[in-house]
Amino acid sequence: MVDFLWFVPAFPLLGAVIMLLFGRRIGDPRSGWLATLAPTASFLVVAAIFADLLSKPANEREHVVNLFSWIGVGSLRVKMAIVADPLSITMALFVTGIGALIHLYSIGYMHGDPKYSKFFLYLNLFIFSMLMLVLGENLLVTFLGWEGVGACSYLLISFWHTRNSAAVAGKKAFIANRVGDFGVMIAMFLAFSTIGTLSYSGINEAARGGTLAPVTATAIALLLFLGACGKSAQLPLYFWLPDAMEGPTPVSALIHAATMVTAGVFLMTRIAPVLAVSYHFAPMIIAVVGGVTALFAATIAVAQNDIKRVLAYSTVSQLGFMFMAVGSGAYVAAIFLMVTHAFFKALLFLGSGSVIHGVNHEQDMRRMGNLRLLMPITSLTFLVGWLAIAGVPPFAGFWSKDEVLLHVFANNRALYVVGLAAALLTAYYMTRQVIMVFFGRARWQDHSGEHGAHGDFVPHESPRIMLVPLVLLAGLSVLGGALQLPFTAHTEFLDRWLAPVIEESQISIAGTWAFDNKYLLMFLATVVALVGIAAAIAVYVKRVVRPLEPRVLEQAWYYDTAVSQAIAGPGARAFNAIAWVDLHIVDGAVNGVATLVRRSAGVTRKAQSGFVRTYAAVIGLGAVLLVAWFAWRSIS
Amino acid sequence: MWYLLLSAFLFAIGTFGVLVRRNPLVMFMCIELMLNAVNLTFVTLGRQLGSISGQTIVFFVLVVAAAEVVVGLSIIVAIMRRRAGVNADDLAELKG
Amino acid sequence: MELFVFVCAALMIVGGAIGVVVRGNPVHAALSLVLTLFGIAVLFVAQRAEFLAAVQVIVYAGAIVVLFLFVVMLLGVDRAEDLRTDSLTGQRGLAVIVGLGLLGVLVTAIVSGTDAVISRGTGIEGATNESADANIVQLARSVFADYVVAFEVTSVLLVVAVVGTVLLSRRRPKEVRPESGRPS
Repeated sequence: MVDFLWFVPAFPLLGAVIMLLFGRRIGDPRSGWLATLAPTASFLVVAAIFADLLSKPANEREHVVNLFSWIGVGSLRVKMAIVADPLSITMALFVTGIGALIHLYSIGYMHGDPKYSKFFLYLNLFIFSMLMLVLGENLLVTFLGWEGVGACSYLLISFWHTRNSAAVAGKKAFIANRVGDFGVMIAMFLAFSTIGTLSYSGINEAARGGTLAPVTATAIALLLFLGACGKSAQLPLYFWLPDAMEGPTPVSALIHAATMVTAGVFLMTRIAPVLAVSYHFAPMIIAVVGGVTALFAATIAVAQNDIKRVLAYSTVSQLGFMFMAVGSGAYVAAIFLMVTHAFFKALLFLGSGSVIHGVNHEQDMRRMGNLRLLMPITSLTFLVGWLAIAGVPPFAGFWSKDEVLLHVFANNRALYVVGLAAALLTAYYMTRQVIMVFFGRARWQDHSGEHGAHGDFVPHESPRIMLVPLVLLAGLSVLGGALQLPFTAHTEFLDRWLAPVIEESQISIAGTWAFDNKYLLMFLATVVALVGIAAAIAVYVKRVVRPLEPRVLEQAWYYDTAVSQAIAGPGARAFNAIAWVDLHIVDGAVNGVATLVRRSAGVTRKAQSGFVRTYAAVIGLGAVLLVAWFAWRSIS
Repeated sequence: MWYLLLSAFLFAIGTFGVLVRRNPLVMFMCIELMLNAVNLTFVTLGRQLGSISGQTIVFFVLVVAAAEVVVGLSIIVAIMRRRAGVNADDLAELKG
Repeated sequence: MELFVFVCAALMIVGGAIGVVVRGNPVHAALSLVLTLFGIAVLFVAQRAEFLAAVQVIVYAGAIVVLFLFVVMLLGVDRAEDLRTDSLTGQRGLAVIVGLGLLGVLVTAIVSGTDAVISRGTGIEGATNESADANIVQLARSVFADYVVAFEVTSVLLVVAVVGTVLLSRRRPKEVRPESGRPS
């Protein structure tokens, strides 16, 4: 069964090719259905492989499928190979599953768009790249997928490219990602030059076996983390994610909630053994960056008015949680949070897409309100998502977030407090969003004359094809916690499932105060979530105090402007200096050689006078000298 | 032997003449001087060495010189037909 | 006796050579050339190469110089050349260097190599009162027996030279004349 692994990325690739060649002819909506078939088929194959792996004993769950030998230059041997082990299959499951649901949703959402089939082309291409990323057996195949998702992300963010803001956002995303990619590339070079291989098994073996020096391990880990910061929008390089909301909502759901942004966490988990042997400050850096980002983004989300931007900052914040877990050695918790986050964030994004669709493409929450009666299914599923992300038991988000906080507490108390604060704010701003959109006064009536609406504009529920994915995702958000219930070892499925991949790197908390008192911490997390919800209700419903949305938060602590000014000012000067060097020194040297040749040729040209007698004289001179030399030789 | 010195002297004069004169026909005549110097050398050496081969070579040189003069003069005629009063310095088309 | 002949002939040769070089008028130069050639012929006789002397006079002085004169007259280049200046700068100096250098080198070679020339052949036979054509016979034996290949090649060369000359000095055919109606 595992030999069919290569079908998994092949289906979306085939779908993309068909879309490329025939998409326009097949048209709307049939090309959408055709395109949805691809990730669905991949999902079925992955599910079958998952079942197959489950039936095998724990230490036989890694299978490499070698497609062909890709690079064979000198001592660099890289195969185009994909691997089916617990981690990759877990990722592939939710990438293909949620991907299929989002394809389905898009059939309805993108209906009527002139570039309909092209959208599905990009979506399929994206799924293909993401699958290569997670299934890759070595860093290079993963990097292939890494770059691929970056490129597809650019294409999809700027899908409505006639809008200037969309084009700019696409560029921003690509360039920010590129900075991160630089880190990944240097890490690959380093890995090859020190270990001699790029395959995960080789690298991790070296790390486990002790042949990898801590310095190198730290360097590789931190460089890959730089790449992860770019791809997963952590603090230095997060600024592209909020602007990426310019893309259509299914894009936001797929790429920026469920899949691409999780690539960074995935990569760090893949090289967990390397991280384990690096200097202690490396995981600490990762955890701190994750924590600070989580809090930073949460504070910004409190003051955003665009329905998708709130969710974007929320994503950044949740990713921060995942990195906190990685930095604390809690890989299982990170993956658990990743999976549940994929469920409820995709749900929330698709739900917001449904809302946007229903209010005729209005995205400002201040112009919504009281939509729960007019869009019942959307609001119900959205509420499920809200409860999940806020961390209310028994929804999935509670279990995963709690797991993360548990391990963070065992690692570093201060970070725990940061995490707790971020969780509080998460509950707060999500409740705020829910209130502004679905409850309260029907503010949309004040603006019903706008947006080209005819007469009395009434928000409406979305078509069924968009609601089915919402319902499915809501179900998963409710039940998803079952993957890892901390009650007994038996219920901790993910722990056992991912053990072959992670076990040596996972820092166990058995025997710590946190582990013994985990129910107390669970209770504390619940309380925090409820406090956040209550606070939001107090502020926005009961109007106990005036809403606190200071401008600095709305402008995202002016981070974006700071970055642009740095690039435009000193950055531009630096780039101009480099360009000057290239133009004058490098090109000057090249042109200088040519000029030198020309000048010297011009000088030597004068020797060709054209006069026969000169030539004869020179010949005579040469003859004389020649004979003189011979004579000299024979005499002396 | 003095004969050899004489022929060396004749050869040198011929070379000097080729380089100095501008009229192509006179240049040709100087070349003939050089050839004659060579003939004299061959005959002298043939006598000194006691071999008839020296004279044989002169025989052939004579024939070849004749042929060469014929061809050379026809070339000069072909060139000079186009422009009258040409001297060697006017034929500078090979100028780089 | 031989010395006397040598001196006279040498004077003729040198005088003629200098005449060729310094006379401005090409016709005068050609006549100087004839003087030189006669001198050479005399020296040939002195060296027991009677046949060659005869051939020299007949072919060289008789045919080649006449050919020169023909061309001079044909082309009308009998204007005296101005020899006081040279249009190319440095040419005179270079020519002197080359000439003197050549002379010096050759003299050195001759003087130093005089002792190396030792007789090893069968000896040459000049014409005597008993056998007037002894030289010719010996020369003919050498040409037709030892050097027959060179002889054949030289004859081919002569043919080629004649053909080449005819081709080179042919006047270009004129353009088609309308009234004649056929290409020339």
